[in-house]
Amino acid sequence: MQQAAVTHILPVTLISRTRTLPTKGKVLVHPGQRVNATDVIAEARQPGQHLLVDVRRGLGMSIKQDIMPLIERRVGDKLQKGDIIAQSKGLFAHIVSAPIDAEIISIFNGKVLLEAPGGTIHLKAGISGTVTDVLPEYSATIETNGMLIQGVWGNRGIDQGMLLNLASNPGDELTAARLEVSMRGAVAMCGHCGQAEALQVAADLPLRGLVLGSMTANLLSLASKLPIPILLLEGFGQIPINSTAYKLLSSNEKRDLTILAQPWNRMTGERPELIINLPTDASQAPELVQIMPGMIVRINSLPHFGKIATLVKIPSGLSALPNRLRVPCAIVRLEDNEQIVVPLANLDILK
Amino acid sequence: MANSIVDAQSVLVIDLGSVNTRALLFDIVEGEYHFIAVGNSTTTLEAPFRDVREGIHLAILKLQEITGRIFVGEDTQLILPAQPNGSGVDRLALVFTAGPELHIVAVGLLNEVSMESLQRLAGAAYGRVVESVGLNDRRRMETQLDAIVRSGPDLLLLAGGTDGGASRSVVRQVELVNLVCRILPNDRRPEILYVGNQVLAAKIKEILDKFASTSIAPNIRPSIDVEDINPAMGALSQVLTRLRTRKLGGMDTYLSSLSTPALPATAGMGHIIRFLSGIYDPKTVLAVDVGASWTTLVTAQHGALSTNVFPYGMGSGITNLLQQTRIEEIAQWLPIHIPTSVVRDYLWQKALYPASIPMSIEALAIEQALARQNIRAALQGTLARWPNLNMAFEPILASGGILTSGSTPAQALLILLDGLQPAGITLAALDQNGVLPALGAISTFNSILPVQVIESGALLNLATVIAPISNEKYGTPVLSVQMEYENGSNSTHQITQGSLTALPLSPGQKARVHLKPLRRLELNPYGGQRMTSFNATGGVCGLVIDCRGRPLQLPKDEARRRDMIRKWLTALGNLPPAQ
Repeated sequence: MQQAAVTHILPVTLISRTRTLPTKGKVLVHPGQRVNATDVIAEARQPGQHLLVDVRRGLGMSIKQDIMPLIERRVGDKLQKGDIIAQSKGLFAHIVSAPIDAEIISIFNGKVLLEAPGGTIHLKAGISGTVTDVLPEYSATIETNGMLIQGVWGNRGIDQGMLLNLASNPGDELTAARLEVSMRGAVAMCGHCGQAEALQVAADLPLRGLVLGSMTANLLSLASKLPIPILLLEGFGQIPINSTAYKLLSSNEKRDLTILAQPWNRMTGERPELIINLPTDASQAPELVQIMPGMIVRINSLPHFGKIATLVKIPSGLSALPNRLRVPCAIVRLEDNEQIVVPLANLDILK
Repeated sequence: MANSIVDAQSVLVIDLGSVNTRALLFDIVEGEYHFIAVGNSTTTLEAPFRDVREGIHLAILKLQEITGRIFVGEDTQLILPAQPNGSGVDRLALVFTAGPELHIVAVGLLNEVSMESLQRLAGAAYGRVVESVGLNDRRRMETQLDAIVRSGPDLLLLAGGTDGGASRSVVRQVELVNLVCRILPNDRRPEILYVGNQVLAAKIKEILDKFASTSIAPNIRPSIDVEDINPAMGALSQVLTRLRTRKLGGMDTYLSSLSTPALPATAGMGHIIRFLSGIYDPKTVLAVDVGASWTTLVTAQHGALSTNVFPYGMGSGITNLLQQTRIEEIAQWLPIHIPTSVVRDYLWQKALYPASIPMSIEALAIEQALARQNIRAALQGTLARWPNLNMAFEPILASGGILTSGSTPAQALLILLDGLQPAGITLAALDQNGVLPALGAISTFNSILPVQVIESGALLNLATVIAPISNEKYGTPVLSVQMEYENGSNSTHQITQGSLTALPLSPGQKARVHLKPLRRLELNPYGGQRMTSFNATGGVCGLVIDCRGRPLQLPKDEARRRDMIRKWLTALGNLPPAQ
């Protein structure tokens, strides 16, 4: 039996997420600490601009003269603008001083490499929960119990707010007219968006986040730039929210929802996620399962994008598709009981 | 004779692709090497596996199922070498394309000299040149330094100076690289490959090796007017393998069992294409591979190789193509009406699910249109890197799932003709099982096997293609083609400008072809011998005469354009029986 990765759409589960700095830094939380999704849990210094100071030239010394004894600073020293780096001796002594506030990164061949203070990378918790583990200088693991729905695309934002369902059907389109000032501070959910104006109004209100089944791809550029988190559950086009996620979100309307609109990173497995914390204990869902009949699947290709189905059978060998391609397939039963043949590669296992 | 047939050995090659992992088996059948079968599995590089071994194991199990032979022991390990009971294999090789895009930094001297050569060398890697610094770069050294650090380099290519020539400028660039290494933390320092003035090589290695793994290869510009990239390609392959081994979880466990070091698939392809260029001399042998993440064009003429990898593909590579191509350029190749907005949505969705397979006729049409544009973009990129490339391509060897399993032979041929728009006389063949990179890897320890496998029909001949160039009006008769078949029968055909015609000539069948221009037309626009009579080899699409003109001008009217594309497909697909 073939193994496959799982997409989680779960009413309640134990959620454990390790958040890691892109570079060595400082973890600001400790095991047992409660954190909010938007709390900064770790930070790291980004290197600033570099400056190469030619001490030998500054002191007017020749290449044959040993300059190291004249350099008064060491690697790692933090300098203020004007601090002396090196000076020559004698009646007409020369001085080389720091042209900016900086740290000495390296000293070599009569040159001093300075690094100006850079920005700081702030790593947010992403989920509200309890810190269970810390890898000093790099990462923290946070756990919570609650509803979990994984999406396919996010524009990088993280926020929290009350969930508002703007869609009476999973395929309803988000229009600017559906958005009202009273929704400010909420996370709104709708089936599909094809209007730039609607996205802009959502950001201008502002909403705390926007959950969509799908969005037309011509809005990608705008959605990527908007300051509110936007998360797609199905992808690009006019794909309604899948029925399982729609039911789950509808039944949780008015609850506080965390929207973690991070991009889907297939290497690390990080995905855009929606989380509603629930005061209950649950077990963790598997990330990997054996594909077998009875499983609930979602179809991720035309002409059945986003449809939920039950896996009926995996025929041995190859099956023919309407376009005559012959590939390994599964027979699945759609929610209206129609049975169709779908390539195994086009199925998301929901668990 | 170390590699004589007497020492016949079975060979298993693992091909680690971005989406699929394949296990290819080669063995002796009736005294000669043949490709036996391939087992396929999904590549398990990504989460939640993050270990390629699972995919390799499943691909080998699939191969067991297909062949009925045993390759995996009860301990779940590969049986190596083959046992007296017939289980296992004698030799193991590995080629790879999988892995994230590498960030490459090129540091050299003059733009028109070492920098240009560096770009060509970097083009063979599965990556993108994210920063270049040459002597003409007016930025301050600190600015260059920050730009390189910010680019997050995986691989730094350093060149400059002819052998025994300039050294002071090279030293200045080495100082820059040295500073980059000092700034970056240990675990983020790039692999360095030095391909410049060999007089300085040992000293440069001594300086840089203290900070980052530094390799030395022969100078890519040994003198100002001589470029010689090929010797550096071997060193580049080794560096790429080291980089990939670090990023592909589990790959290192196979390295000690391999008969030859793991190779980038492009390097394997390069070995074979270079070999074939000896047979087809003076023509340029071209291999084109359209993968999920990369589109690769490898050419060789007189043994001189050009390897060009572009981050355009049928899966994750879509996003890169869409950044430089308008949707309309892809949609223009559709034989059926699909709104541009649907094409755009489909492609972005496909990038989210790179392993998904087109289920409908519309989805397949979009992917075949995408394949054309991938090939066109890769060809344009190749010509930008190699402006003097001899485009008298023969043969054209094509591979990649969309061509081999996602298209009929006629569709695959039309994708190639539209994408490459070759001119002159050529032969188009399909590497149906993607054996070429594997054969290239094998050629490093067994020179007989690749030759025998190619001769045994591992490649599917699509067609001998005649593509003359004429400026005559559409519909004007421009060429008379007379076919003399081996059985003595013959036929004559009048070809009109703008047409695509397939004449019957089955695979394995040969015919003497006589060409008689009826108007002004170039039969061999890229020079060389002007052939008006030649022996042609058949293919599944017969003998094809592509008189559509170069560059191919598609009708502006959408309906007419779609009709035209359907007509061309019909011309290639509905072949009358062979004589």
